[in-house]
Amino acid sequence: MEPYIPHTDQDLKEMLDVIGVQNVESLFSTIPSEKRINSIDLPDGIDEFGVLSKLRKMALTNASADRYAFFMGAGVYNHVIPSAVNQIASRGDFYTAYTPYQAEVSQGTLQSLFEFQTMICEITGMGIANASMYDGASSLAEAVLMASRYTQKYKALVADTIHPEYLETVKTYVAGPKIEIEKISHDSDGKVSLNDLKSKIDDKTSCVVVQYPNFYGIIENLKAIKEISKDIIFIVVANPISLGVLEAPGKFGADIVVGDGQTLGIQMNFGGPSFGFFAIREDPKFVRAMPGRIIGETVDVDGKRGFVMTLQAREQHIRREKATSNICSNHALGTLYASIYLSLVGPKGLKEIGELNISKSHYLLKRLEETGHFVRTFSAEFFNEFVVKTDLNVSKMNKALFKNGIIGPLDLSKIEEQMKDQLLFCATESNTAEEIEKLISVLEAI
Amino acid sequence: MELIFEISEHGRRGFIPPKLDVESYDLPDEFKRAEPPRLPEATEGDVVRHYTNLSRLNYAVDVGFYPLGSCTMKYNPKLNEYASSLDGFSKIHPYQDVSTVQGALELMFNLQEDLKSISGMDAMTLQPAAGAHGEYTGVAVIRAYHEYKKDFEKDEMIIPDSAHGTNPATASMNGYKAVEIKSDKNGMVDIEELKKIVGPHTAGIMLTNPNTLGIFDENILKIAEIIHGVGGLLYYDGANFNAIMGKVRPGDMGFDVVHFNLHKTFSTPHGMGGPGAGPIGVKKFLEPFLPVPTIGKKNEKYFFDYSHKHTIGRVRSFYGNFSVLVKAYAYILTMGGDGLKRASEMAVLNANYLKAKISETLEVPYNTRPCMHEFVATTEPLLEHGVKALDFVKRMLDYGVHPPTVYFPLIVHEDIMIEPTETESKETLDKFVEIVEKIAKEAKENPKLLQEAPHITPVRRLDDVRAAKQLILRWK
Repeated sequence: MEPYIPHTDQDLKEMLDVIGVQNVESLFSTIPSEKRINSIDLPDGIDEFGVLSKLRKMALTNASADRYAFFMGAGVYNHVIPSAVNQIASRGDFYTAYTPYQAEVSQGTLQSLFEFQTMICEITGMGIANASMYDGASSLAEAVLMASRYTQKYKALVADTIHPEYLETVKTYVAGPKIEIEKISHDSDGKVSLNDLKSKIDDKTSCVVVQYPNFYGIIENLKAIKEISKDIIFIVVANPISLGVLEAPGKFGADIVVGDGQTLGIQMNFGGPSFGFFAIREDPKFVRAMPGRIIGETVDVDGKRGFVMTLQAREQHIRREKATSNICSNHALGTLYASIYLSLVGPKGLKEIGELNISKSHYLLKRLEETGHFVRTFSAEFFNEFVVKTDLNVSKMNKALFKNGIIGPLDLSKIEEQMKDQLLFCATESNTAEEIEKLISVLEAI
Repeated sequence: MELIFEISEHGRRGFIPPKLDVESYDLPDEFKRAEPPRLPEATEGDVVRHYTNLSRLNYAVDVGFYPLGSCTMKYNPKLNEYASSLDGFSKIHPYQDVSTVQGALELMFNLQEDLKSISGMDAMTLQPAAGAHGEYTGVAVIRAYHEYKKDFEKDEMIIPDSAHGTNPATASMNGYKAVEIKSDKNGMVDIEELKKIVGPHTAGIMLTNPNTLGIFDENILKIAEIIHGVGGLLYYDGANFNAIMGKVRPGDMGFDVVHFNLHKTFSTPHGMGGPGAGPIGVKKFLEPFLPVPTIGKKNEKYFFDYSHKHTIGRVRSFYGNFSVLVKAYAYILTMGGDGLKRASEMAVLNANYLKAKISETLEVPYNTRPCMHEFVATTEPLLEHGVKALDFVKRMLDYGVHPPTVYFPLIVHEDIMIEPTETESKETLDKFVEIVEKIAKEAKENPKLLQEAPHITPVRRLDDVRAAKQLILRWK
């Protein structure tokens, strides 16, 4: 008998009696007999110890951050996570609950989401945030759809310095509503080309999309971009962990700020799950075009403060084909990780962590330059990632690093062919001086 | 309860970041944040207590019976949680060299294969992050296929009136017109009506089978014939897959695209509304349209397969919700083919048992044949006592069970949709029946008790209208 199924033979007998059938099989009589099967072509079940042994073996073949130093970022980052985050988020009362349809017995979920919305507003400098999307890429895609829905214009200008997988996701999503995507190029310093942006804005333009810091680590000049794009919906993809030190996109006039929450207390998880966040300027009309669940404060019949899902008339379960999005399940558990993380680190911690990322990555760059094998590609200021060109053989280099317990930088030629010998390095607060020196010594020995 | 911001005291800290052990670099002032965000300032102990106390305000599967129809709130095994937290699964990066993550790819490859066996499909992608995301991906594949065939006339997606709201919303997002098809008197797709509305414009049909009434559509082969006859494709919404494992496969019933909800059928936790995972499977002729990458295997090595010629692109970053995939895979290993089949059998048994018992108290429409994993009852006759379905289920909260889904599907009035799942015992079901009987009695004798319910929950009925009017969406 499976450990998760309680039925004894006696139960089975009594239950069939009540239903008034001879056997379980007859309950499936409505399925066309010619298509019926009797078994699934899979091995029989195995015991807990057996399952764990098998999975442990698979896990051990993966080079993980408990055994390797990581100098790789590009959308997923190895940050320090306070122990308390996972301990609290692993409470079954959180993770085995579902969408808070019954608010009276879901105040834990609802209040934590309300607090999360507040924290996202605070770090991004925006007025309203929803209760999460799937990830950064799909959040951006939804933001681009929202901009067209709101403006009834169908051309999105997207910086070519956003994460390539985000761009691919946007391209998939715009195929249905037929939104045209036009790329904005970048200057030699790695920032969005303001001239190119200026030349491409026209009456059909629904939005301008930039990433902050961008895919190459560069801190974009949001102020200048806003000045050029004026009233066009300004969408910023932000890395939330940078916003303790970097100025909030809301301060520069962003209309929508989206991003991926992995950096806020969530393990790398081979790229998922994390969560996407979605924030907009405070605007009672704009919010009605927003996708996803939103939590609002109210009172119960006794006047006691409580929280509910609100503005549900935007959503698929009410509005069906006229909904702002088809999203139903979001990534609420991911937001809990982020809320606990941000509560623990606080404003001071978030700033210090940001500063640590800046100092470590700049030190790494300096040490790389000193080896004589690396030259920076872009000159503008960066946060915790930067691109360098190398005269070393990239695959040989990464192999040597791996042999020495290091997961090296991302080889950008794997993503964009023309970026041969270009590497995207990352250093966070989790990279120690010792790890950096080790990296350098391996590189010098090649 | 106080908000975390309300217990904040300036100067307190809950975490000290690592010390700077390299020279410091100072960013020019123009980039720096002028004002710090108003995040909580609290000790670790404050934060732990706050969230622990919040968690105690929640009802969850770990707490008790959760018969939320169409959501498959089965027990979430702890083994799966533990396995997904192993360092070798949780602390790996999506871009590290494929030779250094062979175990992760092996797991994903095996899961693809297992899901193919279970569904009867030929190719899988694990990328979608949720059920609705799977729907989106599947319908995008259908659209890409028609466009590849230059069949631009196809602009309609047929959707039953009993369908989840995600179906029509998905069709719209993909640029399709959602065309509703009525259910017949047995709760199934009205075949005569279907024949009338199909035509050259039909891109496909989105079906949940068993549907949201818990009824298996017996005409499925006929439906497939009609839709395929006009060049349309069949989309299988896997929300109710828990009813059919080891009994019938969508691939054999004529479906061309299928999505799974790993967080329903394969026991991964619902996480207060996510993350789930919504892999999709397709028939061979649609494989070139799948999102990239999928996982391939050659000479005992696993690799990311980007070869799909007419791919719709990506629907998200990276490869999917990997740790959810680990949990689902652990579940499949534990259950095995025989156990999965038994899960569906016991889920259907539980639903029929509850239906038999509850039909003595409440009306059960469409009750002419066995239901599958769920069924719909109605409290409509209680309206004469001034009791609505919502009142009825709110009273359940006082008795310590989570209410079923209410007011869905839309085609039954005052309905409650009950899905017990296979992990609940006869004792639990019997207790639930007692509660339903008790509340039905209360409805007639003391309707006020229901109208004002719940009475003993952390908060009582909340003012939704005020929430939507005043729009307090954050703490200030």
